[in-house]
Amino acid sequence: MTRLDFMQGNVASAEGAIAAGCRFFGGYPITPSTEIAERMAARLPRVGGTFIQMEDEIASIAAVIGASWTGMKAMTATSGPGFSLMLENLGFAVMTETPLVVVDIQRGGPSTGQPTMSSQGDMLQCRYGSHGDIATIALAPASVQEMYDLTVKAFNLAERFRCPAFVMADEIVGHMRERIEIPGSVEVAKRRPLEPGRLPFAAGPDLVPGFPSFGRGYRVHVTGLTHDERGYPATNDEAVHAALVERLVTKVESSRREIADYEVMNPDADVVIVCYGAPARTVLQLAAEQAGPPVGVLRFRVVWPFPEHALGEFPNAEAFIVPEQNMGQLAREIERHTSLPVVPVPKLGGDLHTPGELARVVEEVRRR
Amino acid sequence: MAIDKTCELFDCGHRACGGCGASMAARLLLKASGPETIVVSSTGCMEVFSTPYPETAWKVPWIHSLFENASAVASGIESALKQQGRSEKVVVVAGDGATFDIGVLCISGAFERGHDITYICYDNEAYMNTGIQRSGATPFDASTTTSPAGRVSFGNKHPKKDMPRILAAHGSPYVATASVAYPADFMQKVERAISTEGPTYVQVHAPCCTGWGFDGAKTVAIGKLAIETGLWVNYELVDGEVAKVKKVVKKPVEEYLKEQKRFRHLFKPKLQEEEIAKIQAIADRNFERYGHEIRLPPKKAPEGA
Repeated sequence: MTRLDFMQGNVASAEGAIAAGCRFFGGYPITPSTEIAERMAARLPRVGGTFIQMEDEIASIAAVIGASWTGMKAMTATSGPGFSLMLENLGFAVMTETPLVVVDIQRGGPSTGQPTMSSQGDMLQCRYGSHGDIATIALAPASVQEMYDLTVKAFNLAERFRCPAFVMADEIVGHMRERIEIPGSVEVAKRRPLEPGRLPFAAGPDLVPGFPSFGRGYRVHVTGLTHDERGYPATNDEAVHAALVERLVTKVESSRREIADYEVMNPDADVVIVCYGAPARTVLQLAAEQAGPPVGVLRFRVVWPFPEHALGEFPNAEAFIVPEQNMGQLAREIERHTSLPVVPVPKLGGDLHTPGELARVVEEVRRR
Repeated sequence: MAIDKTCELFDCGHRACGGCGASMAARLLLKASGPETIVVSSTGCMEVFSTPYPETAWKVPWIHSLFENASAVASGIESALKQQGRSEKVVVVAGDGATFDIGVLCISGAFERGHDITYICYDNEAYMNTGIQRSGATPFDASTTTSPAGRVSFGNKHPKKDMPRILAAHGSPYVATASVAYPADFMQKVERAISTEGPTYVQVHAPCCTGWGFDGAKTVAIGKLAIETGLWVNYELVDGEVAKVKKVVKKPVEEYLKEQKRFRHLFKPKLQEEEIAKIQAIADRNFERYGHEIRLPPKKAPEGA
């Protein structure tokens, strides 16, 4: 039965993880994400799960990878500096096709930056931060409800595609408290075991191999080196390397329509605001209150793989306005997919855009 | 050269809590190190409270880089100073989280390479900056936000990591533990660490009234109780050998534990004798190891009794 509650976004994310079947959390304190670890430390022992505080973020993500290979659903939570430390291991998780979830409560960077202030500065880091070619699944909650819902979804996507999934939240959404409906049960994707007789890294038509958990009858060989379908190193074989990396990228990128999750308002509008995360709250307020011709709203709940087809939902669009709490990270991606003008509206420092600021940009764009 | 102990190089106006043990450590260590000091700070409570925007409490050159890498930055500074024939002292100041957990790799590297640096760990036994999460320095059974005491737990399950001996095992010529409750002893140890060539380490017990849950007026009293109960030992390791230990008249661990909210679950709702006995055993092992108990002659019975 659905239960009403009032809670903090970070707490909602932890609760969503538990509902999705997460029973392992390896983490390290970092503002503004620490409440997720604190909640997991209190909750996991009561549901038969394990919380380990690790010695740093490199160890945290590594422990999550280890736990995942035993067949458990596992996650960690962090913020920018910790996310940067995790990158090498995240590349490893992509290469070894390890399902896991990382919640990044973004704060102002670079470096230590603004520990207690909001940002969307890691959106390109999660997409391109690893060396080599990767595809990324990244979700962007804009409310406490979505901290719960999208954490559940991240676990399901991680299982479906056997890869890391990122909940790219921000300090505002992480620390705000609001009403939330907690469903009695949620749809939970089970880990698909390796089909008998199939090699551990040999994929079927959906490009995603079943998972050969440690201790479930497999002497699986897991390595970050380029590996063949048995999992054995094949580092000098050009064809094996090309086929592997192409498959790792394509299994996610070719499913972008399946993964896509976005909201469309006023599809006939001439000017469209494209948004995700906390800034979307300002956009929705503007759309609700603005006098004059309606402004279109395209709000992404999934940012990566980028759902480029969503731009086509606005046949009369003449321009896209992109408010972000960064210098224009997703705006650049949007530019790659449209010939229309793309107007970034960067906001740094931690505050949200005001509806007035966005209204002025809409007016300016219409005057052009 | 003896340093003028009246110098104040850690300025007033910082934003530490009233009764903060770490702020006392900062003030005392700079009195001991003097103005020719370059401070390398890790991320932590002290980094934050001593540098409130747009000010700083540090009247010496100071750099904060990341959480994990202060000893590596210090290695670079020390090597480059040496190359230029300069003699400023390089002092790392880091909390226990930065020292025991995330920074171990860089500390180990710096001590193995033998840089002439002094590493001061202010040990307040948890991550206080982010709101009291356990670290490798958190004592057994202390309740923190990531080792919460409750129905299924008495708090932190793990004993405190023996960081001084880990660094002594790297071949450090001078390792010491100290407490802000004994300022003269701490300053002497800082001076000796700095004047000893090579990588040296001083771990100073810095009670945290906010994180441990006690009245900020009692910081020194709490620090003294830690030593008197044997849960903290002030000693020096010279070339790895125990050289000097502060002797005490032994008190039962309850006297220290009951003063702090982080151990409250051991007393309320009911007395957890078994858990307290485990903590007493930790203290007893310390007394056995360091032999620092003062055994008073038995009191004479009052006449006529």
